Amino acid sequence: MPPRLTVILKGLAVPLLLLAALEGYARGPGRDSDALAPPSKALLALGQAAADGSLWGATAFTLGSAAAGLAIGFALALLLGTWLGLSARAGRWSFLTVELLRPVPSVALIPLAMLVFGFGARMEFSVVAFAVFWPLLVLVQAAARQVDPRLLEVAAALQLGPAARFAKIVLPAMLPRLFVALRLAVAIALVVAVTVEIAANPHGMGYAIMLAQQSLDPALMLAWLFWIALVGFAVNALALWLQQRAARRMGAAG
Amino acid sequence: MNRVNRVAWRDTVPSLLVLAALLALWWLASHGQWVSRVFLPTPEATLASLREGLAGGELLQQTGQTVLRMLQGWLLACVAGVALGALIGISPAARGWLQPMLEFVRPLPASAVMPLAISIFGLGPNMVLFVVAFGAMWPVLLATLHGFAHVEPRLREVAAALQLPALDFVRKVGLPSALPDVLAGMRLSLTVSLIVAVVGEMIASQPGLGQAVLLAARSFRASELFAGIVLLGLVGFAANALLAAAERRLLRWQRP
Repeated sequence: MPPRLTVILKGLAVPLLLLAALEGYARGPGRDSDALAPPSKALLALGQAAADGSLWGATAFTLGSAAAGLAIGFALALLLGTWLGLSARAGRWSFLTVELLRPVPSVALIPLAMLVFGFGARMEFSVVAFAVFWPLLVLVQAAARQVDPRLLEVAAALQLGPAARFAKIVLPAMLPRLFVALRLAVAIALVVAVTVEIAANPHGMGYAIMLAQQSLDPALMLAWLFWIALVGFAVNALALWLQQRAARRMGAAG
Repeated sequence: MNRVNRVAWRDTVPSLLVLAALLALWWLASHGQWVSRVFLPTPEATLASLREGLAGGELLQQTGQTVLRMLQGWLLACVAGVALGALIGISPAARGWLQPMLEFVRPLPASAVMPLAISIFGLGPNMVLFVVAFGAMWPVLLATLHGFAHVEPRLREVAAALQLPALDFVRKVGLPSALPDVLAGMRLSLTVSLIVAVVGEMIASQPGLGQAVLLAARSFRASELFAGIVLLGLVGFAANALLAAAERRLLRWQRP
């Protein structure tokens, strides 16, 4: 057996065993449970949700809100972080304010966003944008601080304007680090988006799993739980792949 | 984390000025009605709500309840995470069997487990505690696992040569060398604990700051909402600062 296959089979063995145990339990002693259902029924429920389209709609809503919030938070953090990173003085002077605002838990803003925007996509991506903004700000600031000073001297010698300096010198020099920051932010964005839906927003995957629980449909609930885990895993894997690819390409180019 | 120390005293005044400028901006925005008062209370009103709530003891009690929930869940998570991490990390075979599953579950949002926990535990404090502990366990577990997997090979050989029992290996070699990873994981998991505790209070209507801010928003009492957000920010700030200080103390032996 090729070693790669062995690794995959080994990794699958325990989860499959656990699923089989759950199947046995839910068909036997836990037959009347409102909390657990056999995985086979959950798989069936997942197939049904995929067939009637509710699966794709909710997934698209969650991913779309997470992406929109990520884009807004990233753009703001990129601008402010570059400035605070390049100007040592601005960085030092804003340090206190940033450190005071950064630990505010993003979920504390859910009620505020609800008040301002009502339910819908806007409240969700505003909370996501807030959540990803602070870690991104710190990472972008660090990336800008590590831009080679000689590159900045080149920009000064060429008398580039601020926009050209940013686009032609600073941004390319920060790019590999920005991809690392982006990978971290993608994970946060998805978690926060689902959390907002579970706590308040009646849309998306988080609301779907809450609804399945409230209508005492454990099979559908487990189906959504599995699906959310799968989507999270796939999105994270994609972000990691993107980051590694970017690092390799820029390593080859530079 | 030495950034705090590096901020020299001569930067103190400008730093405070930046903070004051931000507060002034808030004052202007709320008094000038740039944003509706329904959403953005004035700083004075927020301060008044804070003072009133703290003097009446209500806010203080809610803060205490949230902090207690966060700490209980976090402690459970740390104990379970370190124990499981050490158990799995000590044997390469166990890592091969279990790590793929752990990596698959890791990106799962902790709050997504909440519906399942509600069906098992009902809408009660135990449900919230379980989800807090579950969500906060992953950073500790994976950090411990990573720390144990990267023990200096020569230390392993020494332990084997001395025929150290497994428990002694964990205590004398594994944990000390995994400590930096474990502490970093614990800090992350404290942040997760606070977030999940707040979400849990919102969903399960458990007393605490999470429920307080939700109720304030539902009845359009913006100044109380902001007071709650300020307190939650302070809790997050204090928790992070305390753990950072503890980390520095515990890792002093590492630095030459």
